[in-house]
Amino acid sequence: MSDNTNETEVSGVDIDLIDVVKRYPGQKRAAVEGLSLHIPAGEIVMFVGPSGCGKTTSLKMINRLIAPTSGTIRIGGEEIGKQDDDDLRRRIGYVIQGGSLFPHMTVTQNIALVPGLLGWDKRRTAERVDELLELVGLDPARYRGRYPRELSGGQQQRVGVARGLAADPPVILMDEPFGAVDPITRQRLQDELLSIQEELRKTIVCVTHDFDEAVKLGDRILILTEGANIAQYDVPEAILANPADRFVADFVGAGAALKQLTLSRVSEIDLGRPTVAQIGDSAADVLRAAQSAGDDSVVILDAKRRPVDWMWTRDLLDLDRVPAPHDDTDLVTIDRRATLNDALDTMLVSSHGSAVVTGRRDEYLGVVDFQAVLTRIQDTHDEHHGVPDPEAVA
Amino acid sequence: MWDYIAERHAQLLYQSYQHLSLVIQCVLLATVLAVGLAVFVHRNPRIAALAGGVSAIGLTIPSFALLGLLIPLAGIGTATSVIAVTFYATLPILRNAVVGLAGVDSTLIESARGMGMGAVRTLLRVELPLAWPVILAGVRVSAQMSMGIAAIAAYVLGPGLGSFIFTGLTQIGGKNALNSALVGTLGVVLLALILDALLLLAGRLTTSRGIRV
Repeated sequence: MSDNTNETEVSGVDIDLIDVVKRYPGQKRAAVEGLSLHIPAGEIVMFVGPSGCGKTTSLKMINRLIAPTSGTIRIGGEEIGKQDDDDLRRRIGYVIQGGSLFPHMTVTQNIALVPGLLGWDKRRTAERVDELLELVGLDPARYRGRYPRELSGGQQQRVGVARGLAADPPVILMDEPFGAVDPITRQRLQDELLSIQEELRKTIVCVTHDFDEAVKLGDRILILTEGANIAQYDVPEAILANPADRFVADFVGAGAALKQLTLSRVSEIDLGRPTVAQIGDSAADVLRAAQSAGDDSVVILDAKRRPVDWMWTRDLLDLDRVPAPHDDTDLVTIDRRATLNDALDTMLVSSHGSAVVTGRRDEYLGVVDFQAVLTRIQDTHDEHHGVPDPEAVA
Repeated sequence: MWDYIAERHAQLLYQSYQHLSLVIQCVLLATVLAVGLAVFVHRNPRIAALAGGVSAIGLTIPSFALLGLLIPLAGIGTATSVIAVTFYATLPILRNAVVGLAGVDSTLIESARGMGMGAVRTLLRVELPLAWPVILAGVRVSAQMSMGIAAIAAYVLGPGLGSFIFTGLTQIGGKNALNSALVGTLGVVLLALILDALLLLAGRLTTSRGIRV
């Protein structure tokens, strides 16, 4: 989503592929048959396609892990074939499935690798490592000395992203970055990547086989057929609304209208603002406030304004003060960057039929309910079709 | 037997030192040779398999036979001992080094190259450290085996405790024959245990905590 395009400075650069061919000896058909592509600076471009379509090969030609047979690739206007491979790669972040951390190195050593290769001094590198760990949501003091095997899969992947960002490269290549983690962690990591990108505006090229992931992350999606021929290259909204041909339509799959849910984010919705209370507030005051607002439940925040519980007003009746939450509180929050799809999912399991939304540092923002999501779906649909289609909304 | 040891303790200590020194030097040399060779062959599965086969066959050559074959080439004395011990010491290390290097996850190597590490840097900073525990296991096997082979090398008048064993064997029935052979053998076993403990310690110190088992 490019809702913040003008707010932050773009630190990425353009990438251009011009008639790039990769032919392996002994194979009749070229793996990549003349791919030409412009990737605009500061955007996330997702390469998707069936396995064996040449998407990974195309990606790896950008950092010359695979040398093209012919054709030209330019990054920021400079032809990469004329540069030293190792120098080139040190200026391109590379993140692959599972993080691919070196198991014999600590988190710090892993992240500090490329800065080390570039000859950064120790202090600058150490500061950078801490900064990156903060950025990917890992407490530096706790994690910097750990070895990869002492981390969960999601944490390893976070460190992998931090390592890719280490030397602040303008371009980052990702090969199935979130393929090896469970769906919930994957959703978290995707949200985090989007919020990091919102800040950094790198040029990110990402290969995935998961079309939903492409829709969620991509500013643009490149759909490839065998031989890396372009089936369609466009913004996700356009691909979902107008697939170029049968192949794309099949690839998009059923439920294109539902997939639009992954295009809209909770932050685009007007959030409901029910009564809130802090732990230790007088229960009577809170009840009065809830009553006058017509709410039958109250969101409880801690001292740092993070939501910790969501109580029915009837549970407050016999109490003096707003209590600290039980350990087994079932409060589930969603990030404001989460998609409507994720929001619906959370709402369905919440006993309140709506979900608490948090922003930076888990600070409370508001709540989102079914009605708000439904309104948003209808609006989006009208934008891309002109007329509302009752069947798709139903 | 105590009298025997007390009488000859100076010579015994000297030969023990010689024995240990021969083995350590040969194993060091063998490690360098084997790892170097493995680095060259491990990328090619067919040559790597060949190296494994050669190593297995090489170990079946009786050490006496090899010593005999070496005498016309290298004469009698230390040089022949060093060649023979190094030859046997190389084989288990070579086999383990090939297995260890081949066992490094190829995505890690690609990841290293993709981050801008050259082939040599990738080898030194990723492949060898990750293969190190397996290589070191080969070094320990090699060191144990070399202890025995170094003893037999005394047959060609090489240095070490083997001389006690051979003296005992040639004087069978003599007064000190049994003492001599026994002292030589126990000495070798003791040295082997000490060296293994040292290698174990070296392994702890040189293996990253992240991959230690």
